[in-house]
Amino acid sequence: MARINRSEVERVASLARLSLSEEEADRLVREFESFLGYIDTLQEIDTAGVVPTAHPISLPTPTRPDEPEAAMDADRAVANAPEAAASAFLVPKVIDTEAEG
Amino acid sequence: MSERIGTLRELRAALDARQTSSVEIVGECLRRAEASQETIHAFVGLRAEAALREAEAADARRGRGEVRSPIDGLPIAIKDNMVQTGEPTHCASRILEGFISPYTSTAVEGLEQSGAIVIGRTNMDEFAMGSSTEHSVDGPTRNPWDPSRTPGGSSGGSAAAVAARIVPAALGSDTGGSIRQPASFCGVVGIKPTYGRVSRWGLVAFASSLDQIGAFAQTAADCAWVLEAIAGHDPRDSTSIPEPAPAYSGVLSGDLSGLRLGLPKEYFVAEGVDAGVLAAVRDAVAQLERAGAKTVEVSLPHARYAIATYYAIANAEASSNLARFDGVRYGHRAAGAKGLTEMYCRTRSEGFGAEVKRRILLGTYFLSAGYYDAYYRKAQQVRTLLRGDFEQAFMACDALVTPTSPEVAFRLGEKTSDLLTMYLSDIYTVSANLAGIPALSTPCGFVDGLPVGLQILGPALDEATPLRIADAFQRITDHHLACPGGAA
Repeated sequence: MARINRSEVERVASLARLSLSEEEADRLVREFESFLGYIDTLQEIDTAGVVPTAHPISLPTPTRPDEPEAAMDADRAVANAPEAAASAFLVPKVIDTEAEG
Repeated sequence: MSERIGTLRELRAALDARQTSSVEIVGECLRRAEASQETIHAFVGLRAEAALREAEAADARRGRGEVRSPIDGLPIAIKDNMVQTGEPTHCASRILEGFISPYTSTAVEGLEQSGAIVIGRTNMDEFAMGSSTEHSVDGPTRNPWDPSRTPGGSSGGSAAAVAARIVPAALGSDTGGSIRQPASFCGVVGIKPTYGRVSRWGLVAFASSLDQIGAFAQTAADCAWVLEAIAGHDPRDSTSIPEPAPAYSGVLSGDLSGLRLGLPKEYFVAEGVDAGVLAAVRDAVAQLERAGAKTVEVSLPHARYAIATYYAIANAEASSNLARFDGVRYGHRAAGAKGLTEMYCRTRSEGFGAEVKRRILLGTYFLSAGYYDAYYRKAQQVRTLLRGDFEQAFMACDALVTPTSPEVAFRLGEKTSDLLTMYLSDIYTVSANLAGIPALSTPCGFVDGLPVGLQILGPALDEATPLRIADAFQRITDHHLACPGGAA
């Protein structure tokens, strides 16, 4: 099984949209090592042909009649937003002009 | 200290006999909650005004002879991860600070329709990730039996509030033992129903295939009342079980004759469990036998892989669920970010605590290209084998009994430095979540003055059998009546 290093932890952090301090990254490398070592015990088990369980209780996908019903009022839906205007969420600039340039 | 709060059944009887009112009971709960904040810190928020107003309405209903349910007019606490319209919910996290819910979770709606009165929200590990209620942005909750110890977690606030006799009942959520382990540590009853029995709509998601809402109370009979208010099909949760929930109170006969109790041999070995805990559990089994139950040894051959399976699946699902906390729609947003990606990164890094970050990172790793099959898919396959173990075991018995936790309440700070030891304290509880089956913890003795929990597991859809066993056990024992000194 692949072992973890600093750049691997940083790659995962960037996927998860988390930025880590030097200290955090160093600590996480050690914690990943210890944890992955433990998780690796699963490799002892022969699971060839075993169907994975995504949900513990098998239920058919429920369906309902496709009928319109009242939705939450837009102003209420954005009431918790850090920034909102005209019933819409406001975010910082999405396109980086430098990269675009 | 004011008078300790009785059981739901005692309070119901007092209301029906007109010896007290909902306003009096709710007022007393609120006073006890406030008075214990400094020592126990079970709550992250109280809704004093609203609760007293609702108590007045309940008293008026009762005056007109319109009692909605056995818990009408009775107080209850909810964990800080289930939403209620107009009320804050922050999952003990900085990232959700200031969030006011525009809707009510189905479980809390069930309480409201039954007339129960939510007095406040209880402390928890941030996003329910932990076994000690130490990972809370609001600071830890302390165990009412010994304030230098944790109440367990993640629903530690709910367990402590019931143990300290602040409220007669509370809701919690259980993803890997987060109801049962704190129930064990605090000496109260805590039940996690079958996966899908209680709707998850309005429960802030941690690990969607494992999360389940359940109840805490002093007795199994009281848990049955609370479950009756919150269980049942909900079209808003696609994993909700379509069958109607049984009337749990009706099965509490006290009779265990003919019942087959399975003892998983992997869980009754001296290794990794406190000797006093094991002795208390064996003693409880002997008492259940005297009450008419027969015991049979069963095997769960994959039991030793449960923790690894659980943490692979739970972290993967958590990393996906917590992607929604990005500073756009609710909660904290980092100030002054120049672009969107920077805003996401800084918001999440500032908003999440260390344990949540660690789990998101592990989960992201398990789901990332090249590792998905080795970790996530592998764990899902082992999960199938674990489910098979239980199906096999339940062919030979009606319920399983085990310790709830390998130990009694540990000290604050004792396990925060070594995450693997913390995770291993969930050894007996995670399997029920992986298999989706119902399980409860009921007090069965003490070690060094600290409560021990007996775990009772039933087959899928059968919460009734564990409740019946726990109720019968409480009719012949008094462990559940003991309450911590400070609560007397």
